[in-house]
Amino acid sequence: MTDTASTGPVVDLKGVTVVYGKTPALVDVTAAFPRGAVGLLGPNGAGKSTLLKALLAFIVPTEGTMRVLDLNVTGSALDIRRRIGYLPETDAHIPGMNAVSFVAYCGQLAGLPAADAMQRAHEVLYYVGLGEARYRNVETYSTGMKQRIKLAQALVHDPDLLFLDEPTNGMDPKGRDEMLELIHDLAHGKGVNLILSSHLLPDVEFTCDHVVVLDKGRVVAQGTIDALKGPRGRVFEMRIKGDREAFTHVLQAAGLDCHATEEDVMRVFLPDGSGPQALFALAAREHVQVRHLRPSVPTLEDVFARAVGEQ
Amino acid sequence: MPIHDQSYRHYPGTREAQGRAWLIIASAGIRSMIGKRKFLALLLLAWLPFLIEAIRFYFAANFPQVSMLAATRETYREFFDYQAAFVFFITIWAGAGLIANDKRANALQIYLSKPLTRTEYIAGKLSVLVVFLLLVTWVPAMLLLLLHMLFQGNFDFIRANLLLFPAITLFSFLYVLLASFTMLALSSLSNSSRYVAILYAGIIFFTDSVYSVLYAVTGNSSFSWISLGGNLRQVGNIIFRMKPLYPDTPWQVSLLMVVAMIAVSTFILERRVRGVEVVS
Repeated sequence: MTDTASTGPVVDLKGVTVVYGKTPALVDVTAAFPRGAVGLLGPNGAGKSTLLKALLAFIVPTEGTMRVLDLNVTGSALDIRRRIGYLPETDAHIPGMNAVSFVAYCGQLAGLPAADAMQRAHEVLYYVGLGEARYRNVETYSTGMKQRIKLAQALVHDPDLLFLDEPTNGMDPKGRDEMLELIHDLAHGKGVNLILSSHLLPDVEFTCDHVVVLDKGRVVAQGTIDALKGPRGRVFEMRIKGDREAFTHVLQAAGLDCHATEEDVMRVFLPDGSGPQALFALAAREHVQVRHLRPSVPTLEDVFARAVGEQ
Repeated sequence: MPIHDQSYRHYPGTREAQGRAWLIIASAGIRSMIGKRKFLALLLLAWLPFLIEAIRFYFAANFPQVSMLAATRETYREFFDYQAAFVFFITIWAGAGLIANDKRANALQIYLSKPLTRTEYIAGKLSVLVVFLLLVTWVPAMLLLLLHMLFQGNFDFIRANLLLFPAITLFSFLYVLLASFTMLALSSLSNSSRYVAILYAGIIFFTDSVYSVLYAVTGNSSFSWISLGGNLRQVGNIIFRMKPLYPDTPWQVSLLMVVAMIAVSTFILERRVRGVEVVS
């Protein structure tokens, strides 16, 4: 069941605030999630899972309005759930069932007739790569298999919109690549709208076209990945001999965006109008040797670091 | 070229109307329990008192020498006492894990992300217990009444005891609802079905023991409202128009305690069955 009539955003949030006791989890979140694949990006504790749970009406916001597929979450939660699929972050299954029974059961709960639910269960299990293991008890599955079956139960009733919360959690590299391929195929090959919540930038960059970045419960950036990565200046990769941390502070004090990566490489953003000479001048002043400097392509990591840094 | 396309396909079929989820949950739960042979054996064993009573009714109706074994109104009330042990064990076996196992497996997120309300989820789980408990209370009691009539070959007993039909039904449902709601509420409090079973047994025996001690100390039954089982037995006697079991406790108080227990259980279920558990 694919809704092709509407062209508006699949999710529209206005001023949404969610508070757990006295702790704000989401603060005045306003965002529009367009059709297609949208990444919900943010570090751990940013409020990504809270946002998805609020959209599922598990949590009631203290303020704001939420619309999913042009339906108000407050008044039409059941209608929304008929049209969405949810892949939860934590391990979740119905105990005592094998895979095909579990997925068929979920299909029935989502409104499919029993026979159709069973047929869809088999199809979807093959699609996610669990065809050969579909008669095994879910409790005997490995972590990667459990992630796949969570995807299967989210897909069985052919939802218009998928909420995927950390879908590659705990998967080995090969499994992770296969899962990302599935998600990419769903979004770009099968026309399924999806919101992918993750703290893993490569996952989002591979599968999504748009991104909404959350940090500490607030939206810090949103838009297409290309636009967010777009030219606001130039990015350089830099390696130095000297105190890297101290030099990073010097660059930031000079008004340049800079962050370290996993290797001993620094990524420096130079605004329009300035060039690498500024970096050499600063290095000379601080008695630091520049060992490596080359232009680089902006990545989503840069977008995220800039957005979080700016916030 | 692949013989069969195993990629994702959109679903062109129709959807069922909303509101049937409780039935799906109940069916799955019942099928799951029936698949366990030991549980089936317990269910069959629970029909042993029925069999014994049926044989007794047959002999009483067909052999005047043993007419003193003939059933009375009290016989039907006592039948529920014989079934009490089976009700206890079936409640624990079928009920302890109903919600506890789902909480342990984080299944509530799966359930509540589907188009079903919490009420449907609870109703579905409750139905599993209610079906099995009615199978060992109301169904055999009504069958006994029918057999009594058939063996006697006339409606004399039924005409003289018309209240038995509503009494059996009312008491069965009250008994079953009390046990089911209590067990389901306890099941929602824990991730461990074993702990829930111990808690349920503890509540039954502890309240009975406390009353017994107070009765021994005071010499009167005015504290019978403390005992969960005692309240039910008192109400049962009243429903069957028999003398109150605990003369010092008004039957209205016993009924109030039964209703209060069901209400408290409902409140606990409303608070505990959620898609998200917020730990403050």
